[in-house]
Amino acid sequence: MNDMSDGYVTADGRQIGGVLMEMKNITLKFGGVTAIKDISFDVRAGEIRAIIGPNGAGKSSMLNVISGFYVPTEGEVWFKGVKRGPMRPYQVARLGIARTFQNIALFDGMSVLDNILTGRLTLMKKGLLSQAAWWWSGAAQEEYEHREKVEKIIDFLEIQNIRKTPVGRLPYGLKKRVELARALAAEPKILLLDEPMAGMNVEEKEDMSRFILDVNDEFGTTIVLIEHDMGVVMDLSDRVVVMDYGKKIGDGTPDEVRTNQDVIDAYLGVAHD
Amino acid sequence: MFYREAGDFKTSYGEDSQTFPIKFDRLRYFAVLAIAFGVVPLFINDYWANAVAVPFLIYAIAAIGLNILVGYAGQVSLGTGGFMAVGAYAVYKLMTAFPEVSIFIHVILAGGITAAVGVLFGLPSLRIKGFYLAVATLAAQFFLVWLFNKVPWFYNYSASGQINAPDRTIFGVFVTGAQTSAMAKYLFCLVMLTLVALVARNLTRGTVGRKWMAIRDMDIAAEIIGVNPLTTKLSAFAVSSFFIGIAGALFFAVYLGAAEVGEAFGIQKSFLILFMVIIGGLGSIFGSFAGAAFLVLLPVFLKNVLVGTLGWPTDLAAHIELMIVGGLIVVFLIAEPHGLAQLWRVAKEKLRLWPFPH
Repeated sequence: MNDMSDGYVTADGRQIGGVLMEMKNITLKFGGVTAIKDISFDVRAGEIRAIIGPNGAGKSSMLNVISGFYVPTEGEVWFKGVKRGPMRPYQVARLGIARTFQNIALFDGMSVLDNILTGRLTLMKKGLLSQAAWWWSGAAQEEYEHREKVEKIIDFLEIQNIRKTPVGRLPYGLKKRVELARALAAEPKILLLDEPMAGMNVEEKEDMSRFILDVNDEFGTTIVLIEHDMGVVMDLSDRVVVMDYGKKIGDGTPDEVRTNQDVIDAYLGVAHD
Repeated sequence: MFYREAGDFKTSYGEDSQTFPIKFDRLRYFAVLAIAFGVVPLFINDYWANAVAVPFLIYAIAAIGLNILVGYAGQVSLGTGGFMAVGAYAVYKLMTAFPEVSIFIHVILAGGITAAVGVLFGLPSLRIKGFYLAVATLAAQFFLVWLFNKVPWFYNYSASGQINAPDRTIFGVFVTGAQTSAMAKYLFCLVMLTLVALVARNLTRGTVGRKWMAIRDMDIAAEIIGVNPLTTKLSAFAVSSFFIGIAGALFFAVYLGAAEVGEAFGIQKSFLILFMVIIGGLGSIFGSFAGAAFLVLLPVFLKNVLVGTLGWPTDLAAHIELMIVGGLIVVFLIAEPHGLAQLWRVAKEKLRLWPFPH
């Protein structure tokens, strides 16, 4: 696993590219509490990277560091070979990093279509004044072009029948799918998924797994996901980072991680004597 | 039977996203425009213009402005009266300083000045939300009224402290001052309202509107998909104040003709317009019209019934009228918290299935 300077070939034969994002010695402290302790790992172009760990291990904090909600106390985030300075979340979004949330963060008052279109706003260029003129400034034209792209995503995720429904009225599983659609609409380089299958039944989990694989396959999107369902993680991901109490205790392919003694101890507990 | 989408196939995204997707609605919209521009001006007299039409048009502009801020962007404001005063004093200073420039341009410029002031007082919204922001904008209300009272430059050092609108014309017809006809007042305000409503609709249907609503519904998620909270909130304050400034300019120059700031643009005005927005429906352009119509027409209607039909003494009728309006507002909000616009929406959905709802 260590000789992959220019990528590697996964078990199912996909070619993975070079390093797209690298976390270098990230430490995150809140006052006296250390949420993340000196963690480094890389994310390669085209792979599905999972972050797992018991509750409170610091997985979501790590995702929040990547997406700009937290500025790491120490350490650096490198993206596309460039060191990223301290950034606000909306600036991170413009770099091409999109995410979904553990507890759905959709815009309840807007329709599914509007929610997904909002995902494209970093790609829409018309300003306030051209919006005001609408028909005469090309703003309408721009809107329809983006609508076409959004319709493709709607097709892809099979949510055609609800496109005009206000999001607040949708059931949980569909909301998760709409949130994925909104993140995809931004055409991200990296897609961060924070527990995409939390609270789903088996069927919904299967659907969501298929969508994640399809996204990776069809758009070539790099995916970083946090998940608790071990079966899902082991099936989906190419490489796994394991965290426990803010520290990295394992990193490698699902098979390597599964046999790692530290990981087994963290999940099953270890006898203290 | 004719209120149907059936058979009305949309073949482009433009058609699919139009304001009135149902043909009947489109026809009715053009009919309303035609009547408002073509028929009403022929019959309007001073009473109808001053008691009903002109205040309705002006308040509708202000309500659209406030609705953008409160209903679309989710930022509460109690400073509407103050911002209307900015529009009024700006148009007054412009009219007296540059008499040769068209009043139409002055009104737009007054809106622009109010937008700048609105952005300034919108800055606290970056750190505070909800009730606390409401209190911060309340400070704007009191500060602005105080400012226009205390600094004589704003009222051109007039002895009374009042401002009086000089006579101005558009295409040779008086639109401000004592010689203005009811028709001119009405048409001028109607044109402005139509423009404001169109711009508001265009802004809210596109990227800008989605940014506002994203900030309103969930600001964290909005930020994560690339909404800059600073520029988005301030643009909402700017656009909202722009419209409110236009409303204030018209209110003073066309409707009142002479104004004293505390009386015309006091805190009651802020509340009145906020009520219009809430009763009409937050986050709805139609709701702004409905709310303005409700609060302008209802008192007039009650007065006519109580004094005209029942023959009550005027002072008693005035008090009862306040109580009835207040009571109706409470009843309305209990019956439909989302305002008249929601009632209208529900009615339309029912109508779509009528007469065979199953």
